[in-house]
Amino acid sequence: MSKDDQDNRHCEGYTRRGFIQFIGVGAGVVGASLISQPFNGPVLANEDDQVLPAASMVKVRLKINGNRYEVLAEPRWSLLYVLREIIGQTGTKLGCDRGECGACTVLIDDLPRYACLTLAVEVENREITTVEGLMNGEELGPVQTAFAENDAFQCGYCTPGQVMAVEGLLRKVESPSADEIRSGCSGNLCRCGAYQNIFAAADQAARLKKS
Amino acid sequence: MLPKFSYVRPDKLAQAVKHLETDKAVIHAGGTDLLGCLRERIMDGDLLVSLGGLKGLAGIKETADGGLSIGALTTITEVSENRLVRDKYPGLAQGAAEVASPQLRNQGTLGGNLCQKPRCWYFRGEFHCLRKGGGLCFAIKGENQFHAIFGHDKICAITHPSDTAPVLVALNASVDVVGPAVNRSIAVEDLHVPPAEDVRAETVLKRGEIITRITIPAPAPNLYSSYRKIRARRSWDFALAGAALAFAMDGDRVSRANVVLSGAAPVPWRSTAMEEVLSGSTLTAETIFRAARAAVAEARPLAGNQYKVEMFRGMLEEELRKVGKGGEV
Repeated sequence: MSKDDQDNRHCEGYTRRGFIQFIGVGAGVVGASLISQPFNGPVLANEDDQVLPAASMVKVRLKINGNRYEVLAEPRWSLLYVLREIIGQTGTKLGCDRGECGACTVLIDDLPRYACLTLAVEVENREITTVEGLMNGEELGPVQTAFAENDAFQCGYCTPGQVMAVEGLLRKVESPSADEIRSGCSGNLCRCGAYQNIFAAADQAARLKKS
Repeated sequence: MLPKFSYVRPDKLAQAVKHLETDKAVIHAGGTDLLGCLRERIMDGDLLVSLGGLKGLAGIKETADGGLSIGALTTITEVSENRLVRDKYPGLAQGAAEVASPQLRNQGTLGGNLCQKPRCWYFRGEFHCLRKGGGLCFAIKGENQFHAIFGHDKICAITHPSDTAPVLVALNASVDVVGPAVNRSIAVEDLHVPPAEDVRAETVLKRGEIITRITIPAPAPNLYSSYRKIRARRSWDFALAGAALAFAMDGDRVSRANVVLSGAAPVPWRSTAMEEVLSGSTLTAETIFRAARAAVAEARPLAGNQYKVEMFRGMLEEELRKVGKGGEV
């Protein structure tokens, strides 16, 4: 995953954009320990009830997979856009960009949400978890493992979103029933129709998480 | 990419009201409908006023009279899972649980659910329809299989998309509104605007007004409340036909019946005809038959949605058979 990120960053030049400001290291999994300053200061986008002009760049503080980022973003940029195009974490997928397909599902304070319908400025200082954050180092996390073992995809494009929806469900319900699994996955479309295997993966993931 | 807008996130309600008086200012609560509307150019927003900094507007508390006061920024998930809501008004918990998808319920708010823009493929698509300031409603003579069968008056055949509004109307809830001139309380029943009154407006809210809380009066003695939603698929979709029931029961007699339909009309549709048959009656097979028939007698289906008449009738019969039987048919 991190190699993929790096490749993208070099190919498409995300890191060369002059306005990007990273505190610590941008590439995901190694940044946290390099941050020394406390992360509970004032929210910069909200100082003095100030109107941020359209197309202005505002400093936005994001906490993604336990790492802290400070990026310059326009108020209209979605969390999805900032994740993929600014920070360069492309595990979260762009699908419909209108809150219907679920490919962009991330967790915000442990709850699944659509990153395409979430403004980056709206989730400052919240705990954001993406599919990259489910890895244990180079090992797959339990939900990812269950998806692989149950062949819970064909083309795989919706998979990161499906994985995050299941992860969110299991953080809330330890042992979901079949109905709870179907309901928990109901905000994610799979055009390949791998639903039965996705439900089986969710069931196995619940057991893997407990073991 | 969304069109450009400026952004402010005030931490005081009065500041939010002040900003909302700006021309083309729009409210961002959960943002799930707003961002879609901005993206599709259905709404024109130059200044996005986020309510995210207003900490007092979330949460559910009991009122002195035993009702509930629900902050407008309370998420739909919180409404559906809250113990007080489930105990006092199961119908509201059911309605909230039927909204959209888990992701949207985690983000969307109860206030926003009441204020969302209507659903119609012409309105949401690239058609300059009557509701968007154009000259005609394309649905009246066009593709209208998912459109209104009540209350369209052949003007605009959208269906109101909310699953919580019908329940709140049935429960006699009201919204507290803060605004630039006066603060006021509006019955949810009076919140939405039928096309015959103003085809461009969805709610009676004026510029600068914000819904702050939703207040539900104490449940009537032996209140029975429920919400049923029929849709084309189990995963997220809007109602083809839905019904909120709130009955004050006296033994097996319905002393007072409130019935509000969803997927039916441009506003949550109160079926007074059905309420009249039911109020004061015992729910015999004959009463159930007459009540459901009364509900659809005033339907004015369009060319593509006549099936909805029988769908509503059958669904209402099923729902009435569940009353007093623990939700089982």
